[in-house]
Amino acid sequence: MAAAYDIAIKDSEPEQDARASVVAIEDLHKTFGSHKVLNGISLSVNQGETLAVLGRSGTGKSVLLRLIIGLETPDSGSIRIHNQEIVGLPLDRMGAIRKKMGFLFQHAALYDSLTVAENVAFPFVHHRKDMSGSERGERVRQLLLEVGMEDSLGKMPSDISGGMQKRVGLARALALEPEILLLDEPTAGLDPISSGEIDDLILKLQREHRMASIVVTHDLHSARTISNRLALLDQGNVVIEGKFEDLQQSEIGFVMQFLKQS
Amino acid sequence: MLKAAVTPPYEWRELIRQLDEVGSKSFPLVALAGAAIGVVISLEARYSLSRFGAKSMFPATLVYSVIQVMGPVITGLIVCGRVGAGIGAELASMKVTEQIDAIEASAINPYRLLAATRILACILMLPLLTLAADACGLLTGWFAQTLVEPLSFHQFIQAGFHGATFNAFLPPTFKTAVYGLIIGLIACFQGMRTRGGAEGVGRAATNSVVLGSLFLILADVVLVKFILVFFP
Repeated sequence: MAAAYDIAIKDSEPEQDARASVVAIEDLHKTFGSHKVLNGISLSVNQGETLAVLGRSGTGKSVLLRLIIGLETPDSGSIRIHNQEIVGLPLDRMGAIRKKMGFLFQHAALYDSLTVAENVAFPFVHHRKDMSGSERGERVRQLLLEVGMEDSLGKMPSDISGGMQKRVGLARALALEPEILLLDEPTAGLDPISSGEIDDLILKLQREHRMASIVVTHDLHSARTISNRLALLDQGNVVIEGKFEDLQQSEIGFVMQFLKQS
Repeated sequence: MLKAAVTPPYEWRELIRQLDEVGSKSFPLVALAGAAIGVVISLEARYSLSRFGAKSMFPATLVYSVIQVMGPVITGLIVCGRVGAGIGAELASMKVTEQIDAIEASAINPYRLLAATRILACILMLPLLTLAADACGLLTGWFAQTLVEPLSFHQFIQAGFHGATFNAFLPPTFKTAVYGLIIGLIACFQGMRTRGGAEGVGRAATNSVVLGSLFLILADVVLVKFILVFFP
């Protein structure tokens, strides 16, 4: 199995130069109790590039994003952001790295005691004390306009749908103009039309902001739409990494099964 | 968390919000509880003191009972029930919906923003709420007595506080700051460590109240002894 995976990676795009990468993950291991979630994963993402991480439920895709943002600590391995090692970084220095990242959680994780506008303003309130109230309000309106939620400033998260919450979550993730965008299952739980709208929105934002993005999803269609490269995980390993055509041409059983079922 | 509480940047806006949540919104309940306690002590004390021919001791009995014992404990338990459950449930709900993770991912210390502000609000507000409960208790206790045997409020206060010093009343009032610390710490700990969805949220709220009440009463044993030794 491991040999087959090696062949799959060799035959795909030339190996990314980790030193030029915005995000570089090397030999990452993570175990929860007796369950090995990540078994030596290595990936990298360049500026302006979108990497989709696919796999079955429970294969550690979301854990990978949580490790990158520092919400979990790997058992071993390296995560470098702009060539800065973040594993074991003190909290105050990790804070500076996090300000360069935007994270869209699977269920948006909007603060339910704040309005839509206050949610988007939250990063500004804590990190941009130089901004006046009117500047902050204007910037919030711009961000909500970008995601199509400009009419919902005063609404509470419970008053809007799941798809709308994700849009607001995206606006909040973009507030500090991040260089890296992490998206955890952006279309999970949405109907096909709403999923398509979210995909279009992500594409538009990527074109405008030119961020390095990592999208975790089990939705192959969405991954194909919004990403430049795809990585398929199984049992804590990268089975194959490359463009969608590479996956289509792969003869690895798991890859063929995954494409067939998707 | 202690480091988060004492190092900048300080979350003043959140602290003020919590002072309102813990203090202003608990005031009606605490005042009502204090008033009820005042009436109960008045009725019970009058009956007991009459049996022993000590009716003249009534004002002092009421004042000392309310301010030294019942006021602080009842305030602590009421606030533990209302605020402790509220903090535990709120933070637990935020935990299971990844809101706390979102705060941390935004490069904001969740302990500084959420826990330290709530604990500090409890510490600051408990003594003030206790004073409110004591005042209501004394007022209604006097009123209940006056209905049976007319006694002016001025006479009541003079007799009740006759010979009293600050040592008799300030330490019991300010020991409630320790209650606030207990209530806030336990509720924040239960909330931010929650797992298990809705069941976990319910468990956090219940544990916040049960453990908070228990530790509050146990702490009272220690604090009373401490006060008797250091403020005789």
